[in-house]
Amino acid sequence: MERIIYVDNAATTSVSKLALNAMLPFYETHFGNPSSIYSIGQTAKKAIEDARETIANCLGANANEIFFTSCGSESDNWAIKGVAHNLIKKGKNHIITSKFEHHAVLHTVQALEREGFSVTYLDVHEDGIIRVKELEQAITDKTALVTIMYANNEIGTIQPIKEIGEVCRKHKVLFHTDAVQAVGNIKIDVNEQNIDMLSLSAHKFHGPKGVGALYVRRGVALERLIEGGAQERSRRAGTENVAGIVGMAAALKSACDGMIKREEKLIAMRDKLIENLLKIDYSRLNGHRTKRLAGNVNISFSGIEGESLLLMLDAKGICASSGSACTSGSLDPSHVLLAIGLPHEIAHGSLRLSLSDENSMDEVDYILEVLPPIVEKLRSMSPLWEKIVAKAR
Amino acid sequence: MSYSEKVMDHFANPRNVGEMPDADGIGEVGNPKCGDIMKMYIKVKDNVITDVKFKTFGCGAAIATSSMATELIKGKTIDDALKLTNKAVMEALDGLPPVKIHCSVLAEQAIKSAIADYYTKKGIDPSLIVGEIPCCDHEHGNCNCVE
Repeated sequence: MERIIYVDNAATTSVSKLALNAMLPFYETHFGNPSSIYSIGQTAKKAIEDARETIANCLGANANEIFFTSCGSESDNWAIKGVAHNLIKKGKNHIITSKFEHHAVLHTVQALEREGFSVTYLDVHEDGIIRVKELEQAITDKTALVTIMYANNEIGTIQPIKEIGEVCRKHKVLFHTDAVQAVGNIKIDVNEQNIDMLSLSAHKFHGPKGVGALYVRRGVALERLIEGGAQERSRRAGTENVAGIVGMAAALKSACDGMIKREEKLIAMRDKLIENLLKIDYSRLNGHRTKRLAGNVNISFSGIEGESLLLMLDAKGICASSGSACTSGSLDPSHVLLAIGLPHEIAHGSLRLSLSDENSMDEVDYILEVLPPIVEKLRSMSPLWEKIVAKAR
Repeated sequence: MSYSEKVMDHFANPRNVGEMPDADGIGEVGNPKCGDIMKMYIKVKDNVITDVKFKTFGCGAAIATSSMATELIKGKTIDDALKLTNKAVMEALDGLPPVKIHCSVLAEQAIKSAIADYYTKKGIDPSLIVGEIPCCDHEHGNCNCVE
């Protein structure tokens, strides 16, 4: 079989054997509806509550503060719209976020803008990190919510979550974080870090797709997003994705238990990639060098375009992603790369490699062997590269 | 989005790629901001395009359409080359995904631009022969702006 090297773990991860095995009985044997009173329903119900407990423990939360959803995007939508539509009744019509949030957050606050809310988009600076001082200056007595992602999905930069939480607490403003990329990779304690709401998604940490959760601190009032039955203590309707929830809990527990050891391994692989890829002329690392996810590498190569790079990597069995316009489906490159100040033409030539525990140093070496000649080949046929070289002379 | 086998073949093994130091005409279209630039070189003898080379910065479709366009005009008269449409380039590649149609437009324009340069070098006003090469029409996918 052709060799496949999967380094797109920020897009999604494989479902671990552990998670899959935990899930299977809930498709075959305990398939009952958790709202039913007979035993196969009650077994499912118990499994959901156990999963809730497990997930709460991983976040330092209480089980009754965890609500299951269908994905990270739903969690973000619910948290943001739920708070906004509740606090508008008290005259609070202002939201603070950052320029490089995931679209699940950006498009949600933009929808609220169309309803009449005002939104402040904090600068993320060249290093891809917001400044807490600028956040504090943006808070007014009309501010309903601050929503800042924990770690960025493209460049992996980690935000000063605890400090953000402190400022929000001081000014009595609710704080939501889209932690989809962080959960399972970074130690999180919602109390210590003053987090009021947190979104997570199972498929980013070797759980299944189609299931996520929202942590909601006790006492935080949220309007419902999904109306219907009395599931999730009447706050989120819909028959529970029992197997998905069970798989998510198993995957998260495993991720949290092995976090320290895994982080060491990922950082060694990440740093080797960064160090060696930066040896290529006219390459640059996007995002802070160390305040980034252990598995995230994001590098731009001047003079080439990302989609061509991905196609050539794919021909060598390497699955990666890019922030070029061609892969974003529009004429503009990634809003994240533009937010950190990259010119369009450099953003087009970006490459993201996102590692997981399933990758090996051997694979890193293979990437380092294969990638530089591909960059060279694309540059040799690029008129833009010709100009860059001419300018340098 | 997926590419046809022909697109993948022309992307992976581009024909006529390279530079031409003694070119009779050179055309360059596109914009680094939009993510694609095509540069085309032609050699002309007795009104026939005897050789053609290209260099492209861009996505898979941009490289494949450049490659196919060079194949389609090599050995043809200038008149025939000017008749080459983006549609013909697309058809020769067994189609392109809708978001990539502008790449074939760019390829057509690169050829026209090289021919225009050929006439200009000969002291002939190309606008009457080649016509207008439209500039930067993002909305309709005709991005053709060199900064």
